[in-house]
Amino acid sequence: MTRSIFVPNDTGARSIGADEVADAIAAQIAALGLDAAVVRNGSRGAYWLEPLVETDSQTGRVGFANIRPHQVAELFASGTLPTRDHPLSVGVISEIPWFRAQQRITFARAGVIDPLSLHDYRAHNGLVGLQRALTMSSQDIVREVMNAGLRGRGGAAFPAGIKWETVRNATASQKYIVCNADEGDSGTFADRLLMEADPFQLIEGMTIAALAVGATEGLIYLRSEYPYTEQTLRDALRLAREAGVLGPAVLGSSHTFDITLRIGAGSYICGEETALLESLEGKRGVVRAKPPLPALSGLFGKPTVVNNVLTLAAATDILATGSDAYAAAGVERSRGTLPFQLCGNVRRGGLVELPFGITVRDLLETFGGGTRSGRPAKAIQVGGPLGAYLPTTQWDTPLAYESMAAIGAMLGHGGVVVFDETVDMGEQAEFAMAFCAHESCGKCTPCRLGSTRGAEVIARLRRGEDSRKHWSLLEELCETMELGSLCALGGLTPMPVRSVMRHFAGDLLSSAPGHVLISEAT
Amino acid sequence: MLTADDELTELQSLLDGAPTDASNLLPVLQAVQRRLGRVSPGAVRLVAAAFNLSRAEVYGVVTFYGDLRETAVGTHVVQVCMGEACQSVGCRTLMRHAEATLGVTAGHTTPDGHFHLEAAYCFGNCALGPTVRIGDTIHGAITPERLPALLAALRNAG
Repeated sequence: MTRSIFVPNDTGARSIGADEVADAIAAQIAALGLDAAVVRNGSRGAYWLEPLVETDSQTGRVGFANIRPHQVAELFASGTLPTRDHPLSVGVISEIPWFRAQQRITFARAGVIDPLSLHDYRAHNGLVGLQRALTMSSQDIVREVMNAGLRGRGGAAFPAGIKWETVRNATASQKYIVCNADEGDSGTFADRLLMEADPFQLIEGMTIAALAVGATEGLIYLRSEYPYTEQTLRDALRLAREAGVLGPAVLGSSHTFDITLRIGAGSYICGEETALLESLEGKRGVVRAKPPLPALSGLFGKPTVVNNVLTLAAATDILATGSDAYAAAGVERSRGTLPFQLCGNVRRGGLVELPFGITVRDLLETFGGGTRSGRPAKAIQVGGPLGAYLPTTQWDTPLAYESMAAIGAMLGHGGVVVFDETVDMGEQAEFAMAFCAHESCGKCTPCRLGSTRGAEVIARLRRGEDSRKHWSLLEELCETMELGSLCALGGLTPMPVRSVMRHFAGDLLSSAPGHVLISEAT
Repeated sequence: MLTADDELTELQSLLDGAPTDASNLLPVLQAVQRRLGRVSPGAVRLVAAAFNLSRAEVYGVVTFYGDLRETAVGTHVVQVCMGEACQSVGCRTLMRHAEATLGVTAGHTTPDGHFHLEAAYCFGNCALGPTVRIGDTIHGAITPERLPALLAALRNAG
């Protein structure tokens, strides 16, 4: 039987040479005349091990980590496929503590299967949720999602079941399922990883949502910064159509559903759901005032479900195994699992899927293994560019929606970016405002002008100009942006800024020792 | 470099048969950008006519999105990720090196037209930064030491 040797076809793995490794392996197989073939799987998200080459064995998949093209000949030195006894082996993948300590639900298939094999997908519980959904009433599907306590994974954490119920109850000639795949937050890559490693899961999730609300058309809005993901999704959509998963008779049923892929054009704000809808309508990505809610008046004024990639993906498991099983994980009103994206200056960065509730410190120490630079960590930004910077004193906070909100932070899309002691937090605060100014859609004044003025004021503070005046000006500005902005960009940009004011005031002010404002601020 | 006339001929062939409902405007403008390297005033005029929109409406869309450019830039667009995750592993230093190596500041094209250097915000490669995108290829773990070789390879490739 032809044996498989796996090399990830993932943006991260490819960015550090996976394609060259795959080519070199194929050449070795040919030269040695082995009965083996290279399979391009997705990544398991253990970026610290990439490029991670794997082979099948009696005891499970065996890994060979951080393989560079020049090491491939060494892998095949014995003239056969490498085994777990090979010096470059990291052993059986499932036994590596970094994986064993995770609870993978949404990412259970990631890195295991060939992303573009529907056969693999079905063999690993794929389409079970959709098949069950096809036997249920739309009301029961929504109830299942509601009972699972699934909240929007894009960052806003709105209960998905309530959104679906609103669209289900709306009467309209056309309803839409829109997948927000505009994963713009720095420090997040879970959507990308899922779409590259397990794209059929997203397609299945969108189809379940369509059955739940009575939609026949779906759109995926993917950011243009993900060129490899685009190719995988295009192929997956074509294969799903050919296999009858999508199309006029979903899995042979009387339901119609198809999905169009749309590519963004380099605008961060289009990750905001109403700006995204405007963009899909061919307009500038300018935020809409709410109400009306997109659930009632969304794309082209029709009832529209707008959900993040991971929210839609989670629906497949909820339908497959039931809401009770899903809701069993997590804490308080944060149910299920969240794929934390541990990255930045960290030794073992990657995707860590766990139930809500792990502490920041546990994530950094158990999984991250400290900083990549070896210097002490100073701050951790959780939740993307609009999330707070947490000082060491806050690292025992559990990562859940409620506990993060309680310390003036947010979980967002689960990005966790580690900074070592060399970071200048004043520079980070200034960047937060400058980024908002760069990406503001310009519709509302607090965001459009506030962000520019904010960056200016912080620059003055950093230069030590009239600190007292500029400190209170910045506080006022933050409050105005928080209360007066139309959407989360302007409304949340003050969050990282305030976290720096609160916890890293010394970095923000000119470094005169014993500065009066430091004591005022704390 | 295409002449203005060539450009308009290319464009007309691209527009022929393309759906002109509003939702297809961005895909068409993206196709123009890909084909011609820019969305010129002439392109705006033709697209506006095809979609039955005012030139101002189309121009407004072009100027909103970073991927759409009014003027063409260098052959190889070099985008250095300046997002927070890459900041934590030294992208600010990397950008300074890129500027020094290419002899231009971010947002500019080299005099020989080979390279256009700019900042970008996140390629979803946050555990393997600093990340640089050149054309449609994503490069991870790019240190100031590795950058010159990467650029030299492209320069030699033409």
